Amino acid sequence: MFNVESWQEIFETMRKNKLRTFLTAFSVFLGIFILVILMGFSNGIENGVSSQFESDATNKISIRTGITTKGYQGLNPGRRLQLRNGDYDNLNQKFEENIEYKTATYSTWGGQVNYKTQQGSYRIEGANADQQFIENQSMVSGRFLNQADLLQKNKVAIIGQQMKMDLFKDEDPIGKMIMLNNNVNFQVVGVYTDPGGSREESRLFIPLTTAQQVFNAGQDIRSISYTVKMSEDFDEAVATSTAMSEAINQDLRNRFTVAPDDRSAVNVDNTLEEAKKIYGLIDTIRYVFWFIGIGTIIAGIVGVSNIMLIIVKERTKEIGIRKALGALPSQITGMILQEAIFITAISGLIGLLAGVFVLEALSPLVETDFLRYPKADLATSLTTLLILIVAGAFAGFIPARRAAHIKPIEALRDE
Amino acid sequence: MIEIKDLHKSYKTGNNSLHVLKGINFNVKEGELVSIMGSSGSGKSTLLNILGMLDEADEGSYTLDGTPIKNLNEKIAAQYRNKFLGFIFQSFNLINYKNAMDNVALPLYYQKLPRKEREERAMHYLEKVGLADWAEHLPNQLSGGQKQRVAIARALASDPKVLLADEPTGALDTKTSYEVMDLIQGINDEGRTILVVTHEPDIAQMTKRIVNLKDGRIIDDTLVNQVKALSNV
Ligand SMILES: Nc1ncnc2c1ncn2[C@@H]1O[C@H](COP(=O)(O)OP(=O)(O)OP(=O)(O)O)[C@@H](O)[C@H]1O
Ligand SMILES: [Mg+2]
Repeated sequence: MFNVESWQEIFETMRKNKLRTFLTAFSVFLGIFILVILMGFSNGIENGVSSQFESDATNKISIRTGITTKGYQGLNPGRRLQLRNGDYDNLNQKFEENIEYKTATYSTWGGQVNYKTQQGSYRIEGANADQQFIENQSMVSGRFLNQADLLQKNKVAIIGQQMKMDLFKDEDPIGKMIMLNNNVNFQVVGVYTDPGGSREESRLFIPLTTAQQVFNAGQDIRSISYTVKMSEDFDEAVATSTAMSEAINQDLRNRFTVAPDDRSAVNVDNTLEEAKKIYGLIDTIRYVFWFIGIGTIIAGIVGVSNIMLIIVKERTKEIGIRKALGALPSQITGMILQEAIFITAISGLIGLLAGVFVLEALSPLVETDFLRYPKADLATSLTTLLILIVAGAFAGFIPARRAAHIKPIEALRDE
Repeated sequence: MIEIKDLHKSYKTGNNSLHVLKGINFNVKEGELVSIMGSSGSGKSTLLNILGMLDEADEGSYTLDGTPIKNLNEKIAAQYRNKFLGFIFQSFNLINYKNAMDNVALPLYYQKLPRKEREERAMHYLEKVGLADWAEHLPNQLSGGQKQRVAIARALASDPKVLLADEPTGALDTKTSYEVMDLIQGINDEGRTILVVTHEPDIAQMTKRIVNLKDGRIIDDTLVNQVKALSNV
């Protein structure tokens, strides 16, 4: 059935029946093309939203205090609540078993940083050694803060990639001295990169203890962050994380005597809970796209089937002639199937390539924080193509077989 | 060559059954040129289609070149149609997207001949019907007479034992009809068995034997003195 002769016969038939060839090809092309684009965008949204999370660890709990906005138990609103080292130690002790990483920070904005003639204004953060993991940072060169830095109040600094480019250009910053706020020298010991991008890389980390000393902050800290030990089960981890952040919240409200609903006074953020919502959203988006995608495939199948039915109907008389001239039923069925499969496969492949190409061309134009790397999944596209080919073949097979088996005289009578 | 005995055929339309052939008996020997006549609806086409294995009889026996044609599977039927039979239809039945040569070559495709040989043979038969110069033309670029000659070339291409023609001149004017009949006579003179269904007495006179059908029965079967078509052109 699949010899050169029958291919020649089919190419000739296709060449001489351009419209019908084009119609079949186009509906398959369009189906696959739309599917690839859809899939690309679905993946792009997923990538974009997930990357929003990657800037920090997803299992993060961050704790901040501010100014009370409500009176409570005889206390006036407007009190400034200040976290101290003692609070940090206290919480560490209380929630030890659920804590993976921990850090307390003391940070100042708009700190002036000088290196030789270069200077810039950056956020300076005093932090603990675990900060790196909580912020999802990785080292480009050198090291992050360590326990010794904190104990000895070392004047060492870890700078962001962006800062390195601003101040050092091509120079290797490791071991170089920089000056903070025009009065203290720090030695650069590491460069980090942050998935949050250049904004997050325009920071500089120094040991918390050093920061408290240099900025005359005493025991003050601005924020505390933890990551929660993840259990295998995501929902269980979310539950642990939520319970822990509520307990911390309660603990601090008791400690500072704060109204239970005063959010700006004590603020405990639980990323994992947010993450769960976002993952739920991503799932929904994915389902929606799949729904549309499957709809497109079904429309494609219906389209191809329809065209095949029409083609067979239109060719009934020709089939009668061929049978009168001695064509076997299997040759008739084979001819129609071979043509259907060939057209579907080629046009589907072109649709796939066109889709991939358009995604490639389009992705720099449409990329935003929430849409990144819109790429189609090759395996899924090929599977879809296969489904369409099988559907097209099947849709052609039924009427072709029927036509191939009717009496030649009946086929010939068809007008 | 052809032997049929007590052939019956009815058409069922809904609840009604129309008895078209009511016991046909006749034989055709090799090399005969037979015309089948009769009024419209007498069953001429039905008989020819059964002889051509395009349709099946309900009852009776049919032997073609010594082979009983009965309950054949489709594969064998297709082979017989291809090797033993050539058809010429009133409405030509050419494939409209194939040119004259490809139409003529089509039965050879189903004989699995290589392309080159198919084309050579198709060309040979186109020459024989005088259309060598029209080989590349599509059917809709040909006149009725030319189309019928292409159809004759196609019927001859597979070198069949029997040619069956259902009103081959029915759609043609007198002059063209005679040209076509001349061609048919020539082919018959080479020894091929031919059956022609026709309405027209002058066409029937150009065969060697006239079989008359009426209401599904043969009422008359006589040999005639063949009139050469060429003398009328
Ligand atoms: N497929 C069919 N279904 C039902 N009835 C049919 C069918 N084909 C033919 N008939 C009927 O059978 C009868 C014989 O038809 P047939 O075509 O054999 O006649 P014919 O002698 O060839 O006539 P004509 O000279 O008009 O071609 C007619 O009455 C016709 O209506
Ligand atoms: Mg008729």
